[in-house]
Amino acid sequence: MNVLTLSRLQFTLTASFHYIYPPLSIGLGVMLVLMEGLWLGTGKPVYHQMARFWTKVFALTFAIGVATGIVMEFEFGTNWATYSRYVGDVFGSALAAEGIFAFFLESGFLAVLLFGWDKVGRTTHFFATCMVCFGAHFSAIWIVVANSWMQTPAGFHIVGEGMNARAEITDFWAMVFNPSFTDRLFHTLCGAWQAGAFLVVSVSAWYLLKKKHQEFARASLRVGLIVGLAASLLQLVSGHTSARGVAKNQPVKLAAFEGLYQTTTNAPLTLFGWVDEKNETVIGPKMPGMLSYLAQDSTGASVTGLRQAAPAPGDRPSVNITFQLFHLMVVIGLGMIAVAALGFLYFWRGSLFEKRWLLWLLVLSVIGPQIANQAGWFAAEVGRQPWIVQGLLRTSEGRSAVVQANTVLSAILLFSAVYVLLFAVFAYLLNDKIQHGPDEGDLVPAGKLALPERSKP
Amino acid sequence: MSFGSLDLNTTWFILIGVLFTGYAMLDGFDLGVGLLHLFTQEDEERRMMLNSIGPVWDGNEVWLVTGGGALFAAFPNVYATVFSGFYLAFVLLLVALIFRAVAIEFRGKQPMRWWRRMWDAGFAAGSLLSSFLIGVAMGNIAWGVPIDARGEYAGTFWTLLKPYPILLGITTVALFMMHGAIYALLKTEGPLHNKLRGWINNTIIFFIICYAVTTMATLLYVPHMAARVRGNPWLFSIVMANMLAIANIPREIHRGRDWRAFLSSCLAMLALMGLFGLEMYPNLVLSNPAVANSLTIRNAASSQKTLGIMLTIALIGMPIVLAYTVSIYWIFRGKVKLDKMSY
Repeated sequence: MNVLTLSRLQFTLTASFHYIYPPLSIGLGVMLVLMEGLWLGTGKPVYHQMARFWTKVFALTFAIGVATGIVMEFEFGTNWATYSRYVGDVFGSALAAEGIFAFFLESGFLAVLLFGWDKVGRTTHFFATCMVCFGAHFSAIWIVVANSWMQTPAGFHIVGEGMNARAEITDFWAMVFNPSFTDRLFHTLCGAWQAGAFLVVSVSAWYLLKKKHQEFARASLRVGLIVGLAASLLQLVSGHTSARGVAKNQPVKLAAFEGLYQTTTNAPLTLFGWVDEKNETVIGPKMPGMLSYLAQDSTGASVTGLRQAAPAPGDRPSVNITFQLFHLMVVIGLGMIAVAALGFLYFWRGSLFEKRWLLWLLVLSVIGPQIANQAGWFAAEVGRQPWIVQGLLRTSEGRSAVVQANTVLSAILLFSAVYVLLFAVFAYLLNDKIQHGPDEGDLVPAGKLALPERSKP
Repeated sequence: MSFGSLDLNTTWFILIGVLFTGYAMLDGFDLGVGLLHLFTQEDEERRMMLNSIGPVWDGNEVWLVTGGGALFAAFPNVYATVFSGFYLAFVLLLVALIFRAVAIEFRGKQPMRWWRRMWDAGFAAGSLLSSFLIGVAMGNIAWGVPIDARGEYAGTFWTLLKPYPILLGITTVALFMMHGAIYALLKTEGPLHNKLRGWINNTIIFFIICYAVTTMATLLYVPHMAARVRGNPWLFSIVMANMLAIANIPREIHRGRDWRAFLSSCLAMLALMGLFGLEMYPNLVLSNPAVANSLTIRNAASSQKTLGIMLTIALIGMPIVLAYTVSIYWIFRGKVKLDKMSY
C-alpha cells in the first residue's frame, strides 16, 4: 500500500475509534445535568444516586475520549502536512478556539464534577456539571465548524500558487457559519444525545430484566427514554434539513448517497439495494419522487445526478460504499424512533416491566446510535472524496510529503495495539461498573452536599 | 478587533511561548510525580501520589493541546514541518501520553495487585518517555534540524537523536522530577511526606548536575543559543535570575518553606523558557546546516487577519481560563486525603 492509502487508513482507524467516546460524553453530559437538576429540584435521593453512578460511567468515556483526541490533533500535522499548511489559517483558528474555550472548560470543571462531591456545595457542583456538559458541546461546535468548512468552504480566499497556495480567512463569521455548519452541528449533536440516552436506557433495562436496583433503573429509564425519544425525533427533522443542505451544497455527495447517475425530475428514493457502479444503475426497490421531495420539498423537482455533477469518474467518491453507509444510517435512525416510541408507550402504560422482549430490545438499543454515528460520519467523509477540502484540495495532495510508507505502517500497528488494549480495558471496566451497580450509600449525600442549599456559608 | 501597529507575529511568538511555559510549570509537576511513582512500594502511598495530581493533571495537559492548536493556527508551516518531520517521535509521545492518562484513570478501578502494578509501570514509563521526548524536541529545535528549500524536514528519525538533544531530554526529566517532588511535598503528609523529604535533595543534585552540563554544552557547541545574551549584556540579568532561583530551591527546602521552593522552581522554568525564546527569536525552527531555510515568525505565519482573530479569542478566553484554573486549584488546596472517590 502507498503512503496515501496508509495515511487514510490510519486516520480512519484513529478517528472512528475516537468517535465512540465524544458522543457518549456529550450525551451523558446532558443526562448528568438533567439527573442532578432533578435531584436539586425534587430532593429525591434516587436522583442523587443516579447522578453519582452515571458520573462514574461518564468519567470512563471522557478519559478515553481525551486520550484518543490528542492523537487526532497531532495527526493533521504528522500525516497531512500539506493539508495543514493549506488550511492552517482557517482551520487552525477553530482548533485554537476549541482548545481555549472548550478543553479548558471541560477538563477544569471535570475535576469538580468527579472529585468535588464532598468539597463544594450543591449549587457549585451543579454549576460544574453544567460547565462540563457545556464544554463538551462547545468542543463539538468547533470541530464541526472545521469539518463543515472542509465540506462547504466559505469566508476565505486563496493566496499564492502551486505548492505555496493556501486558504486565508477573509470573514471569520462567514467561515464559522459556512453553509453546512448549522445542519451538521445539529445532526451531530442529536446523534450524540441519542448515544448517551440509549446507554442509560440499555443499562437500566438490563437491571430491570435482572430484577436488580429497580427504583434506580426505573428512574434512569424514564429520563433515558424521554431524552432518547426526543433526540430521535429531532434527528429526523435534522436529517431532512441536512439532506436539503447536501443537495444544495454538495450535489455529488447527495447523488452518491442515493446512487443517482442521471439528473432527473421525480427522483426515486431507494429503500435498500446495491449500486452497480460499472453500469451506473441501482438495483433495489424504489419510492418514486421521494428523493426529489427530500432534497427539494417537491416530488416533481429535479435532482442532479453524478453524470452531470461530476462528469469525470475521477471526481466521484466510491458510490456504492457511500450509498450503503448512508442507507445504514437512515435505517438505524428510523429504527431508533420506533424503539424509543415503543419503550415510551409501554412505560407510560406501566406494562413495560412485564414485556421482556421489549426490555431486551432496549438493552440492545445502545448499539444503534453507535453504528449510525459511525456510518453517518463515514458517509459524510467518503461522500466528499476525492476532495479533502471540497473543490479546493484533493486528498491525494494533502498528505505529508516527507513521510514514508513504512513509518506510517509502524504507527498504524502501534496505534492499533494500543487501541485494542484501550477498548478491552474500557469494556472490562464498564461491565464491572454495571455489574457493581449504583452505590446504596449514595442515597444519602455526604459532606457539604448534605447541607441544605441556602444555609451554605 | 483591530490591534493597530502591534506586531502580531511577535505577539504570537510570545503567546505560544507562554502556553508552553504554562505547560512546563503545570504538567511538569504531574509528569514529575509520575517519574517518582515507582520509588515507593506502598499501595497507599502510590495512591496519595496519584491523588495529589488527580483533579488537575487533565487540565494541565490541555496546555499542551492548546499550545499545539495555537501553533497550528498561528504558524501552520511550523506545525506541518515539525509534526510530519518528527513523525515517529510524536507518535511515541502520543502513545506515552495515552498510556499515562489511561493508567491514572484505571489503576484504582480494581484491587488486584497485578492490575495495579501493571498500571503503575504504565504511569511511570509514560511519564518518563513524555518528559524525555519533550526535552529531545526542544534540543533539536535549539540545535537546528535539516530543512530543505520547500520548508520540509530533510532528516530521518535517527537525525533527531544527537547527543545535545538527548542531553536536553535528560535535563528535562531531571527538572520535572525535582518540580514534581516539591509539588508532592506540598500535597502530602505523614510517612510519604518524610520519604519525599529524603528524596528531594537527590532530585535537586541530579537537576543541578544536568543543568551545569547543559549550560556548558550550550556555550561550547551551540553558541548561537547564547548569541543574544552575549550581544546584550543586560540580558545576563535573566541568566542571574535563573541561577538564583535554582540556588534558592535547596535553601527554601532546608528551611521547610516548600511553597517558596515550588515558586522558585516555577521561576527557574520561566527564566529558562524566556532565555530559550530570546535566543530562538525570530526563528521558530532553526535550519541546520542551511540557515536560510529556517522557519521564522514571518515565513511560517498565518495571515495578519487570522493572527488578529486569534488574539481576540485569546484575550477573551485566557482570563476566563486563568480565573477558573485558580479557583479549581483553590477548591482542591491542602493535603491529599483518600476517600471513596479517590483514584
